[in-house]
Amino acid sequence: MRKINLEPHAREAFKEGGVGHSVAHESAIKHVCGTAEYVDDLPAPANMVFVAVGQSTQAHARITRVDLSRVKTAAGVVDVIVQADIPGKVDVGPVYGGDPLLAGDIVEFIGQAIFAVAATSFEAAQRAVALAEIDYEPLPALLTIQDSLDANIFVLPQHQLLMGEPDAAIAHAQHKLSGEIYVRGQEHFYLEGQISQANVNEDGGVHIICSTQHPTEVQKLVAEVLGVQLHLVVAEVRRMGGGFGGKETQAAPLACMAAIFAKRLKRPVRYRMARRDDMIQTGKRHDFLNRWQAGFDNDGRLEGVTMVLAGKCGYSPDLSDGIVDRAMFHADNAYFLNNTRILGLRCKTHTVSNTAFRGFGGPKGMMAVETLMDDIARHLGKDPLDVRKVNLYQPGRDETPYGQKVEQHQLAEIIERLEKNSDYRARRNSITEFNRTNKFVKKGIALTPVKFGISFTAKHLNQAGALLHIYTDGSMQISHGGTEMGQGLYTKIRQIVASAFGVSSDRVIVTSTRTDKVPNTSPTAASSGTDLNGMAAKDACDKIKADLIAFAMEHYQLTADQIRFAEDQVYLGDESISFETFIKFAYLNRVALSATGFYRTPKISYNRETAKGQPFLYFANGAAASEVIIDTLTGEYRVTRVDILHDVGKSLNPAIDIGQIEGAFIQGMGWLTTEELLWDNKGRVISNSPANYKIPTAFDVPEIFNVELFDQANNENTIHLSKAVGEPPLMLAISVWAALRDACASTTHYRSSPRLDTPATPERIYWALEDCKKFNESVDNRAEEITA
Amino acid sequence: MQFVLNNNLVDLENIAPDMTLLRYLRSEQHLNGAKEGCASGDCGACTVLVGHKSPNGVAYTAVNSCICALGSLQNQYVITVEGLQDADSTGSLHPVQEAMVTCHGSQCGFCTPGFVMSLAALHGNAEDLQNASDEELRPKILDAISGNLCRCTGYRPIIDAGIQALKIPAQTVNIVQEWRPNAPLASKPALTQADDFYWQPATETQLQSLLRGYPDARLIAGGTDLMLEVTQLYKSLPQLIDLNAIQSLKNLDVSDTHVTIGAAVIYSDVETALARLSPEFVKLLGRLGSRQIRNRGTLGGNICNASPIADCPPYLLALDAELIIGNSAGEYRREFLTDFYLDYKRTTLARGEYLAQIVIERSALAQPLKLFKITKRYEDDISAVMGAFRCDANKRLSIAFGGMAATPKRARLTEAFLHQHADQLDDELIEQACGILASEFSPLSDVRASSAYRMAMACSLLKKACYALLLNAELSQGVFDHA
Repeated sequence: MRKINLEPHAREAFKEGGVGHSVAHESAIKHVCGTAEYVDDLPAPANMVFVAVGQSTQAHARITRVDLSRVKTAAGVVDVIVQADIPGKVDVGPVYGGDPLLAGDIVEFIGQAIFAVAATSFEAAQRAVALAEIDYEPLPALLTIQDSLDANIFVLPQHQLLMGEPDAAIAHAQHKLSGEIYVRGQEHFYLEGQISQANVNEDGGVHIICSTQHPTEVQKLVAEVLGVQLHLVVAEVRRMGGGFGGKETQAAPLACMAAIFAKRLKRPVRYRMARRDDMIQTGKRHDFLNRWQAGFDNDGRLEGVTMVLAGKCGYSPDLSDGIVDRAMFHADNAYFLNNTRILGLRCKTHTVSNTAFRGFGGPKGMMAVETLMDDIARHLGKDPLDVRKVNLYQPGRDETPYGQKVEQHQLAEIIERLEKNSDYRARRNSITEFNRTNKFVKKGIALTPVKFGISFTAKHLNQAGALLHIYTDGSMQISHGGTEMGQGLYTKIRQIVASAFGVSSDRVIVTSTRTDKVPNTSPTAASSGTDLNGMAAKDACDKIKADLIAFAMEHYQLTADQIRFAEDQVYLGDESISFETFIKFAYLNRVALSATGFYRTPKISYNRETAKGQPFLYFANGAAASEVIIDTLTGEYRVTRVDILHDVGKSLNPAIDIGQIEGAFIQGMGWLTTEELLWDNKGRVISNSPANYKIPTAFDVPEIFNVELFDQANNENTIHLSKAVGEPPLMLAISVWAALRDACASTTHYRSSPRLDTPATPERIYWALEDCKKFNESVDNRAEEITA
Repeated sequence: MQFVLNNNLVDLENIAPDMTLLRYLRSEQHLNGAKEGCASGDCGACTVLVGHKSPNGVAYTAVNSCICALGSLQNQYVITVEGLQDADSTGSLHPVQEAMVTCHGSQCGFCTPGFVMSLAALHGNAEDLQNASDEELRPKILDAISGNLCRCTGYRPIIDAGIQALKIPAQTVNIVQEWRPNAPLASKPALTQADDFYWQPATETQLQSLLRGYPDARLIAGGTDLMLEVTQLYKSLPQLIDLNAIQSLKNLDVSDTHVTIGAAVIYSDVETALARLSPEFVKLLGRLGSRQIRNRGTLGGNICNASPIADCPPYLLALDAELIIGNSAGEYRREFLTDFYLDYKRTTLARGEYLAQIVIERSALAQPLKLFKITKRYEDDISAVMGAFRCDANKRLSIAFGGMAATPKRARLTEAFLHQHADQLDDELIEQACGILASEFSPLSDVRASSAYRMAMACSLLKKACYALLLNAELSQGVFDHA
């Protein structure tokens, strides 16, 4: 065996930053210094042009005249295009199509792009588009879910889940209830608005730099609108200033528009949406109208449930098929429905096409069954928590309406621990006492669970690639198909690679995500970013490691178990060598130091014909207990305390995971409380700016906000046995809504739960309290009649 | 015009008068740390520090650069996130930056420079907070970041970062430094471009002369509303006259009998000056807008905008405040605010007139007062309904509402009814008063609230006020401890 030179100094420099550590976000220092670059921060060459689009002012109309002469001659205008100027395919809709990049004869929502302008400045482009003269012949417009249901017009066919015999089960149940809730959508309000930049290259191709969660789709759609092959288009994204689902499909039209102008003008093009345009022109979380009937026994245990979930899809399919599916897959949340029929409807409305938003339909489905849990509790005079507990999935009662069995039963333990840690029962008692003695201020509390299925329901998306390079100084570049939108994916990937080689994480750099590094990627969505790309990155590491180990075995005459990578060293039998020296040596011995990695999620399948299968690899679980206080004279309220216990498997980075949980919770709280999407009766979005659409501020964060990780390994073989965390905790915020409803119910002495559509603004709370008054009056009147 | 940007003198000519600071920073200076999140002063991603010379050196405050007129910065000091680091010659992170990293206060990072600057402003003015407890620090931090939206973190780690940073002594951080050029800052003419201009007159006499010469020029103070015409509607404001350098409009005088507030006094200064004289109003100001907005916006702007949902007018109406209005001829007239509003967004201000001062009687100021503001979100939201109630020495209520009519408006009939029944006031009479209130107002339905809710709220607030001010029974503290 050859002599190995020990390098003790290198070991001292080792900085633990691998899997399981709360290392800072890889861009944290750049963030705080303002040096992290977003698309709009890139240098703007002097000849760059800026895009704005002319928008429909009608919800549904035939365009009878378009006069753009004043637009074309406006100051700074370089080029103007209409649909006929699109060289390739006009439709930029994902999956099913239906979204023309520029409208033709018909417009289908207020804000739809009709023409586009490229001008020498952002302002010049904006001023120019206002000069168009467009005449319309109005057509009948469907503006609400009810309009769509009445007209029986949908963007896609319905889908139904069926388990057992729900109608018979309900008919024979001891108790029956029916109800309805309208759950409003949500504006993403990513702080960085939609933006794309396009540069042409010498081959007639384009390089797109885009704030997108789905660079491959951007690449594909840009190629299609240009009528060129995919290999001529590179889409790149380093980071987004927030995504939340809003940049899964909605980023592509900007990229396509920029690409068309770039090709026409041979100039760099930037298309950034002003905040108002972004709020008008891009899709949001769907509104849902949920109706149900349920039968249950004296304990509140469900015998049967039927539900209709109707999503407001807007004018085109976009991702609504998957979104309504996921609403249906989560209409059970954590509960065994026993016998059930869940019907999902994709309602067409002449409004902007709604899209992915953290939870992807799941939150809206859950709202149905969580409303039902409260209603059952009030009906039976029970604590809602007891009704929730009795209905939890458990061994023997573990089949979901889509046929998948729940295998890892964690929620009973999570709820029990949270109930204890949050002191739920004692607080429930003191709140009931408080409410008895306080006339105008009432408190409420609720503890609700979340079970969220992890995997794309579109099976083919459950794959990922990675590309790892190790350079001769031992530094590494890892590329993968996922995108960084703040969730910490790059940080976790870096930790995974550092751990694989036992090196300091600063040896590893995660490059921007580019379609020429890793092709055919899936969107960074469905909470899957780390599950998929982390595994692909690890696969690339394992391949190179295997070659390195084979080399070392041969070279040093060792067995595989004598070779170990740790602490920036390579341990070779009884001796060690610095990682850097070892890599240099491997290079000189012609070992491959670059590899691709690949991963496909095992086990999953779903048969749409039978509506049965295993769409999810596993479930992520959690629970939250929230306490609120309301002013019955005004409906104003405050969230005073929140306790969360959430399952992320074995955490890859506890600080990042807690950040995801807290952020998702507050975002979910905004969705259910102050964020109110509103349209007027012409179909115009009237919540069109942060002045009238209110996401939570720091003040809204409960002063007592305890978040704990439920530290238990995933049963499934995921990356280091972790679990996805992006979306599931958003639905923990349902506890806030349920607590508000609990406080309202207290005014009926918990005899009734008023209807409380979301968002539960102070106004909605006020009207719910008025309903409680009416309930009390009717009960009192009845009591009087009886005693009379 | 000249100003100091990150310790470098900037000398500008030939720039559009309606240029915003953010646009200038990003497109002309290539300082991209400040971000455009909304271009309307609602998100704070563009926050920078703006300082002016004060007796204690340069005093810096956090400002929304997206709606800050560049021309208003004549002789001022601007620090961007890039300058925060440069200011410290060692190049190490500012304590706020350091704390934001260690507390995991950034996720997507887009809002982060804004948060850093808002917290740095607090940090720079918080020598006295070093030994404060976490509980004492929390409200200060919430106030400092009230204009910063974050969509990723849920704020908890940012609040923690603020608490951590504030414990590091401010004097070791030298962002608050004075630029010491060889020559003093010159007062060159303000921004001009062809016939367009941004003038900053130093006296009312100069203002009056400008109004004579350019009767169509727009007056700008904080610009927190006016600049939205540029950033949201893409209008040009070719002629702007800035009121910020006119000392007589910036004074806030407290005499034995009156408080006289210059029209261009910013909210933050009103908060300081009236902290003891009108604590209820100062609490309301905490909800009127974010800290950044209150560092720029003025009482005069809030009044002259004539918005039916402005927060100050109901308060001032309830106090029977008077306005002193000047004109281009150098004449002044006095008018009660109650007479000032004619209709939606219309006032008695004639061409060539400007609001100079607001006068409040000390006796009115000293009387019991209740202010209630109903919004969807507690902080930085526009009123659905704003109610102001003052109880005079004769137990007579002055009642004014915002959001209930085309203008901020007194509830005269309701006032009279309550006064008439002051001695025997009970629940039933209060209900009757609500009925009268309903006859006086017919509010609109819009994105903020329905007409029915507004009406119901006016009644609920009247009830609360009657209990608190007339029956001395604390009907309900509500769920917030103020406003």
